[in-house]
Amino acid sequence: MKSHVIVFPGSNCDRDVAVAIKNISGSTPDMVWHKNTSIQESDLIVVPGGFSYGDYLRCGAIASTSPVINEVINKAKAGVPVIGICNGFQILIETSLLDGALIRNKTLSFICKDVYIKPENSSSIFTEYNSVAKMPIAHNEGNYFASDDTLKKIKDHDQIAFKYCDADGLVNEESNPNGSLDNIAGILNDRKNVLGLMPHPERAAEITLGSDQGKNIFEGVLR
Amino acid sequence: MLAKIHITLKKDVLDPQGKVIANSLSNLGFEGIQSVRQGKYIEIMLDGNDKNTATNKLNEMCEKLLANLVIEDYSVEID
Repeated sequence: MKSHVIVFPGSNCDRDVAVAIKNISGSTPDMVWHKNTSIQESDLIVVPGGFSYGDYLRCGAIASTSPVINEVINKAKAGVPVIGICNGFQILIETSLLDGALIRNKTLSFICKDVYIKPENSSSIFTEYNSVAKMPIAHNEGNYFASDDTLKKIKDHDQIAFKYCDADGLVNEESNPNGSLDNIAGILNDRKNVLGLMPHPERAAEITLGSDQGKNIFEGVLR
Repeated sequence: MLAKIHITLKKDVLDPQGKVIANSLSNLGFEGIQSVRQGKYIEIMLDGNDKNTATNKLNEMCEKLLANLVIEDYSVEID
């Protein structure tokens, strides 16, 4: 089991992800600095949360042109599982590995709280289970947007990974924290090996953190 | 040459900042505001004086980095 966590200037969830992966899989991931242009053979690459490059221009835009990203794209296209969390999701969107866009929260406020999400798709290694999971969000630009055509495409190809819901798994307007289209909290690429999500599973990966229900997302890959 | 680039959210993308700005202007007593859309303005100084070449290059810059075409439109003007 070999995993890699990408580190940009401004990443701040990279170590949390590394601890979660170590606890779940028993192996410590390699941390890959953004200036590296190659990544060794990998079973999982995580693009972590944070504020890469200070969120200059648009969240994730500058990171999506950094040296390491071409290698992440190559690996993703070769089928290596890739997870982008929060700012990592924004980065994967900016690389076009994932469809749509993440815009300012509808409320215009930075939202930091626990939410519930549930898998909408059982055809990926990240969403094999079918239970509601509690984990935190912490973002200003997590409002998922896609054009009508793109939304139709991701629905037709079963690319919605997670939706915001209530504690009972009901997907409704009240449980949508940021105005995301169709309560979308995470999406997959067509091949289902690339996942992007706004909630932080690594911050809910042990019970002392308030929830260990985020572990599910990693377990399919790391077991 | 000085290039002036305007980047705005597409018409069908919600612009909550624009809405808040419109509300604030109304609160200040400005009347008759139908809507506000906000965006980015970028100036780029370029070598050379061939406007066609520069326009092509600037369009490419917008498409590759400066604008996110999923949600934003851009316009390029060269002085």
